[in-house]
Amino acid sequence: MGANAVTKTNDLLTLTATGLYCPPGDFHIDAMRAVPRNLVTHAHGDHARAGHGAVLATAETLDIMAMRLGSDFCGTRQVASYGVRQRVGDVTVSFHPAGHILGSAQIAIEQDGFRVVVSGDYKRAVDPTCAGFEVVRCDAFVTEATFGLPIFAFPDAGDEVARLFASLAMFPERTHVVSAYSLGKAQRLMALIRQAGYDRPVWQHGATARIAGYYVDAGIDLGDIRLVETATPAELAGQIVIGPPAAVKGSWSARFADPLIVGASGWMQVRARARQTGVQLPLVVSDHADWPALCATVLATGCPELWVTHGETEALVHWAGLQGIEARPLDLIGYGDEEAEPDAATPVDTIPAG
Amino acid sequence: MQSFATLLDRLSFEPSRNGKLRLIETYLRVEPDPERGYGLAAMTGSLKFRHATPSLVRVLLRDRVDPLLFNLSYQFVGDLSETVAMLWPEPVERGTPPALSTVVETLAATTRAAFPGQLTIWLDALDATGRWALLKLITGSMRIGVSSRLAKTALAALGKRDVNEIEDIWHGLEPPFVKLFAWLDGSGPDLDTINPAPFRPPMLAHPLLDRDMNGLDPGEFVAEWKWDGIRVSAVAGQSGNDPAVARLFSRTGEDISPAFPDLLASVQRDRFGAATIDGELLVVRDGLVQPFGVLQQRLNRKSVTPKLLAEFPIEMRAYDLLAEGADDLRALPFLERRKRLEAFIARLDDPRITLSPLVPFADWDALARIRADPAAAGAGADADAIEGLMLKRRDSAYVIGRPRGLWFKWKRDPFNVDAVLMYAQLGSGKRSSLYSDFTFGVWRAGVDGDELVPVGKAYFGFTDAELSQINKFIRANTVSKYGPVREVVHTADAGLVFEIAFEGLNLSKRHKSGIAMRFPRISRIRWEKPTREADRLETLTAMLS
Repeated sequence: MGANAVTKTNDLLTLTATGLYCPPGDFHIDAMRAVPRNLVTHAHGDHARAGHGAVLATAETLDIMAMRLGSDFCGTRQVASYGVRQRVGDVTVSFHPAGHILGSAQIAIEQDGFRVVVSGDYKRAVDPTCAGFEVVRCDAFVTEATFGLPIFAFPDAGDEVARLFASLAMFPERTHVVSAYSLGKAQRLMALIRQAGYDRPVWQHGATARIAGYYVDAGIDLGDIRLVETATPAELAGQIVIGPPAAVKGSWSARFADPLIVGASGWMQVRARARQTGVQLPLVVSDHADWPALCATVLATGCPELWVTHGETEALVHWAGLQGIEARPLDLIGYGDEEAEPDAATPVDTIPAG
Repeated sequence: MQSFATLLDRLSFEPSRNGKLRLIETYLRVEPDPERGYGLAAMTGSLKFRHATPSLVRVLLRDRVDPLLFNLSYQFVGDLSETVAMLWPEPVERGTPPALSTVVETLAATTRAAFPGQLTIWLDALDATGRWALLKLITGSMRIGVSSRLAKTALAALGKRDVNEIEDIWHGLEPPFVKLFAWLDGSGPDLDTINPAPFRPPMLAHPLLDRDMNGLDPGEFVAEWKWDGIRVSAVAGQSGNDPAVARLFSRTGEDISPAFPDLLASVQRDRFGAATIDGELLVVRDGLVQPFGVLQQRLNRKSVTPKLLAEFPIEMRAYDLLAEGADDLRALPFLERRKRLEAFIARLDDPRITLSPLVPFADWDALARIRADPAAAGAGADADAIEGLMLKRRDSAYVIGRPRGLWFKWKRDPFNVDAVLMYAQLGSGKRSSLYSDFTFGVWRAGVDGDELVPVGKAYFGFTDAELSQINKFIRANTVSKYGPVREVVHTADAGLVFEIAFEGLNLSKRHKSGIAMRFPRISRIRWEKPTREADRLETLTAMLS
């Protein structure tokens, strides 16, 4: 391996202003601007943008992109099923569960027995709303590092949701308004709440409703979920309400009885971050890998070479170096803001380059 | 420890007062003794142990975490306790988390050498939130937005009591407050048996402003001297068949009994009985009240010797009577309390505890004349120990804290002196690039003729515009520089004169001039005044006597 291997990785994958590009396959992965051929790891707005010629992604990712970006979000769509190998140009690609949200995938690219895996966003914790992460052995692993600092060690999500119930018991008259990304996090929380045996309605913001409907159609039990608009503020006292961060931060929350703002993300592990966002009950529930999971995953892939796409790249690169893994930071600009969802953000063609 | 950690965690994110109260009250209700008592002590700043330094905590982690990873993490988090709590490696097998009581009691008994080992054991036994709370607790920097008063308010709610009842008995109680909780739960004896000589916080006054006087009816007020001593309350009481207890408290509730055995003896007399008096501690020699500087000399002495007691005889001038026997008098109007105070002092008949007289006046003009010249208005030679006047509404109840509209203090005009700017130092915070700390001096005779000797430092009393003018002067007239300090020209012919206002003078061995000013500030900048015409040290020492 060594120098030859690095050269081989560079043959298969290069970094362009638009993101990761595979020359022998002539496709981008999660391109940040419109490109002729794009492979999409998952449907979050920062990875899945509109305007591409052809898009290859899992059926769920394609469906959700169509829901959020409009059915004409790209020229042609092609479905990738987990584990199915297919030729794209001069390479073979396959999609593997990433455990991040429904339909999320890692993308493996192979040529002449040399395999590069692009993780997209991923987590290792169990999630009732999506397929669990599958370790794919590879020669080079391209990982995210959203929570790439050793301070991030996420507790069990079920225990965190139990803290929500404890707060409801202590403040039974306050509406508990949970701030959660409308794609993935909101539905995972609903599922976790049901797993804990909570059977009262869970109230949601309109922005999460369509996605939740899709999850339900996919056979995921979210229990009795209702739109906030169908209840009076008095009826919502002591209830759980879930809405996207922008709405919870804004005037939307003011309608509730003595609202208690609940945050649900990995950032909640850092107090200052939670306080800055006005969160009163921070729940550490993340759809990303924490530090131990990042490290364990890198080791499990057996990769001698590691690229770190975005997040807190420096620490992970340093750690990999100590393990004898050749590591380099890519520091891709544009990933990592899942809130840049199309329903809340600007159309893709107005997003500035770079 | 874990439930205390959960409480701190919730409190640190709860912005609303009511929310915080609820969290604390719930904690205090649910936690058993003595845990809740130590939790309460932590929130009220009542725990006494040597705090761990941040460097000690950092050293512990240095052996466990890669230095670069630590630095990156610390930069990201921005809080040492939190970073360490998050980075602490999870042990293979977690021990039993310590109880808060174990932590507090162990810390009080742990030597410096044994401390790191003990801390390691605890950190290994706690989860991340627990580690965070432990580190906050032992480094003494909780910063959870809970005041002592707020914690006591939650405590009062626990027993459906008024928070002032808690304040009343608070001083003299020790963690973990088991009897206090028993009283609040209704399972223990009444509060006067908990603390027969409680601290009752003093009622404080607002400064009287010109605009206040226009709206006030002089007929509704009485006046009395504002003595320049230290405010004390003298308390005695007894619970059941226990021996009687007598204490002297400062206005912040510090028990200062040991420093004044002469006065304490008077409070311990049978004739004093059970009572709480509010008054002023003064040094009185041969019937003359001495200025504050003299009292200060007694306060400065560490050991209380018979010689000291004879040299600085103490007397308490009584202002108010808050409790007598089983009666709490604080809800009564001032004049009714005054009547009982007068009777009490007469019955006590003790030269150490005397009545502070009321000062009769016809109208505000008359009172202004009294304030300008207390000596002529009956204070005689005691006038030097009088800071001004107190105005109290005749019907005022005795209210803890500083309520509006009931009591006013009307101080005499402060002392003034013209002094010469000698040194200027850069300020901090929003004044960090400006010279805003000024050392000034007055003339005295030196070996080579007159010289300036520093008598004080002033940090305020000027407007922003004046500050910028002073800075311009300093930059143009710097003689030499020592780090952040500039020596500014100060000769008989060149320099800048400040008119300094101050509240009083004390003798001081620490200052070259032998005196120290109380609360000096710049009242005017005398751009026009020649430095040679500034005041002399003799003028100041004359004010001392």
